[in-house]
Amino acid sequence: MPLDYEVLKFIWWVLVGVLFIGFAVTDGLDMGVGGLLPFLGKNDLERRVIINTVGPHWDGNQVWLITAGGAIFAAWPLVYATAFSGFYFAMLLALFALFFRPVGFDYRSKIANPIWRSAWDWGLFIGGVVPALVFGIAFGNLLQGVPFHLDEFLRPYYTGSFWGLLNPFALLTGVVSVAMLMLHGALWLQLRTADPIATRAKAWVKPLGLTTIATFALAGIWLTFGIDGFKVVSMPALDAVPNPLTKQVVIDSSGWLVNYRDYPLTLLFPVLGFAGLGFAVSMSIQDRPGLGLILSGLGITGIIMTVGAAMFPFIMPSSTNPNNSLIAWDATSSHLTLTVMFWAAVIFIPIILVYTTWTYYKMWRRVTIEEIQAQDTLAY
Amino acid sequence: MLDSSMIELSRWQFASTAMYHFLFVPLTLGLSWILVIMESVYVMTGREIYKDMTKFWGKLFGINFALGVTTGLTMEFQFGTNWAYYSHYVGDVFGAPLAIEGLMAFFLESTFIGLFFLGWERLSKRQHLTVTFLTAFGSNLSALWILIANGWMQNPVGSEFSFETMRMEMTSFTELLFNPVAQVKFVHTVAAGYVTAAMFVMGISSWYLLKGRDVAFAKRSFSVAVGFALASILSVILLGDESGYEIGEIQRVKLAAIESEWHTEPAPAAFTIFGIPSNEDEATHNAIKVPWLLGLIATRSLDEEVVGLKDLIAKHEIRIRSGMIAYDALHKLRNGEDTPDIRAVFTQHKADLGYGLLLKRYVDNPAQANEEQIKLAAKDSIPQVAPLFWSFRVMVMCGFWMLLLIALGFYYNAKRTLQEQRWLLWMFLFSIPVPWIGVETGWFVAEFGRQPWAIGEVLPTYIAASSLTAQEIMLSLTGFITFYTILFLIEMFLMFKFSRLGPSSLHTGRYFHERQTNHLGGGAIAATAATQKAQGE
Repeated sequence: MPLDYEVLKFIWWVLVGVLFIGFAVTDGLDMGVGGLLPFLGKNDLERRVIINTVGPHWDGNQVWLITAGGAIFAAWPLVYATAFSGFYFAMLLALFALFFRPVGFDYRSKIANPIWRSAWDWGLFIGGVVPALVFGIAFGNLLQGVPFHLDEFLRPYYTGSFWGLLNPFALLTGVVSVAMLMLHGALWLQLRTADPIATRAKAWVKPLGLTTIATFALAGIWLTFGIDGFKVVSMPALDAVPNPLTKQVVIDSSGWLVNYRDYPLTLLFPVLGFAGLGFAVSMSIQDRPGLGLILSGLGITGIIMTVGAAMFPFIMPSSTNPNNSLIAWDATSSHLTLTVMFWAAVIFIPIILVYTTWTYYKMWRRVTIEEIQAQDTLAY
Repeated sequence: MLDSSMIELSRWQFASTAMYHFLFVPLTLGLSWILVIMESVYVMTGREIYKDMTKFWGKLFGINFALGVTTGLTMEFQFGTNWAYYSHYVGDVFGAPLAIEGLMAFFLESTFIGLFFLGWERLSKRQHLTVTFLTAFGSNLSALWILIANGWMQNPVGSEFSFETMRMEMTSFTELLFNPVAQVKFVHTVAAGYVTAAMFVMGISSWYLLKGRDVAFAKRSFSVAVGFALASILSVILLGDESGYEIGEIQRVKLAAIESEWHTEPAPAAFTIFGIPSNEDEATHNAIKVPWLLGLIATRSLDEEVVGLKDLIAKHEIRIRSGMIAYDALHKLRNGEDTPDIRAVFTQHKADLGYGLLLKRYVDNPAQANEEQIKLAAKDSIPQVAPLFWSFRVMVMCGFWMLLLIALGFYYNAKRTLQEQRWLLWMFLFSIPVPWIGVETGWFVAEFGRQPWAIGEVLPTYIAASSLTAQEIMLSLTGFITFYTILFLIEMFLMFKFSRLGPSSLHTGRYFHERQTNHLGGGAIAATAATQKAQGE
């Protein structure tokens, strides 16, 4: 079945979103758990309980991030090139923080020395919180536009600095990201551990949930009233050969609201964000963390879709040379590559979901201190 | 123009992080299958010792695997962070196998690895074996996709340059998939990984045999590994990468450089065993040659020529001149001068565009290069010969050394007198690093030999880098070196610690250290020891 080029361009915008949501909902769990680890585990055994709730899954979860990166490389090569090289030190910061995770999970329990173990605990904390913060900050910067331009041969030049990325709005979106993933992690721990850890996790759910809702609302207000969006004035046909140098873009104060005005159904995304998080907190309070976890997953999905819908078709707007902005219609790969990749995604994503579900099903239980003691050499 | 020292530093960063990553990959590729074999024996026979073998070697596998994942993340990030123009220029083709690798292979490997370590108590025997198998299968499938991507860098088939999008675009996915260079590289690389893992298991097992501890355990581990090793080393050598050196221009240049053949000799060419190659003089000093051998190895015939480097350079110079015309036409097309005449000129010279881009090192607009610049670009259209010449020979020596050891190990193991050959066991122990030297020099030959190209004949390394500054890369490179050194020390510490502990680290009470220290229930332990002894002899 041959698919039209413009349809595929849109599908790939959706698919990258799906991979990001997959990353946030699955890997977000264990990143959130990493962020909570030093605070919820009062001693080594408790911390091992916490780690072992995500022990079998963190590595598979992390592949959502890796595949999202690979998909951006293949589907939006110029975005991959411009974003990764432009946000150079931010990306390396996330990368170096991620280093702590594989070694932290695997090496921590191999030696019984308390300093060794405490060092890896903080490693897992950094590996959870820092990437979440960096990715949140990155989205905050995308919403404000990024200082870059392209030359005649499409070589990207980033003209900002690392410190410029850490502006107040981006820091706020960074907090949204960290808080929402920690909320997700807290609900997971409430579900998958026994007392006293579960009770402690529950106590964190409410403040984290309220922080996420408040910062998300604040970012929304700030975006509506204080931050200019971008608008495409003219561009070649949607199915044209991708060339990001031929369109006209203006900075426009209502730029990020246009989609919500033109397609009011998209307003359901922020509603899903708020409602999902709100009900997640309420379920947690009613001691139904399983439902809470599903709801917080939906809330996270809503938040990511809110950003996507606001920006569409923009992926990476340029603040210094808006006409060079990278959008879903002109920063894409060729028709053939998108087609091949589409079929790969259609075939493999369902298979991945099936076996991932099987692994969660097989390992499903409340992890207890007794279990860790009984499996001292086997468990993380 | 880009800053040359920035390019050099980017290359150092990529080379060091990639070679560091490949310290961990080969062991994963091979040890995962060895674990599958061990666990299969356990499932079929129900003998606990094979379960212990799977768990113990699995522990060492895990220590290695963690750093493989860690350093693999860097590879994913680094194309975008440091090779942005590369990412734009070839992402349409190169990105696809990477993304499919994630979807098809990496998910599989990573999802099941957690159950391999932590699922012993929660899965049935057969389920756990399936999990181990899927982990091994996934990691090897990963290697296939990565080598399809890498094979395309060496021999860019199934793609074409488009001036409208200013990049390479895929024209045939099946050609990309069945790239002969990728196929040859895949077999060679995974087989080298199998040898690495087998040498690792045999080396450590030899040490237990030398120390006379956990003998039954060590003998069985050695037996599993040595059969696997013999099959693998034969594949590595017989199906060597060299069979791929006839395919494509880059491979031909590499072959001539490895053999430091400056002049095209009448067939069959002689093989240089020793010599001091010099790019400066375009000659190999003090060469010792064996007549006919090179022609036989490289072309597998007596009448085909191996083209010499000087002739290759002369040929490249012609292509650089044609590339200048292509660049000029491209410049016009990109600036809106889109006439049928210019298109015709571009189409005619398009295949040499990459050669024109080699001039970017010396001049902003290659169309205006002078004679001297053309000569310079032609001269560095081949890689530095001496490092290739030597690293290739080191790799081959590693291969033959291991073939000898493995053959001896196989022979004595079959005769059941392995434990008496103490000299051989010592050689196995001290040869643990040899496969790593082999694979690292091998990758060096493959990738340094590709220079000056990032993508063979398409994109010079010089323009593939991101628009960063030398200072920025100096800072990141320092970060990588620091971080990686610390991680390496920790990894080695754990490897040594657990190798020394041996299967006693499983705390089953059945093995050496626990039998020494555990005075409670001595009767039971003595009984276990007796059973073990019986099994061992």
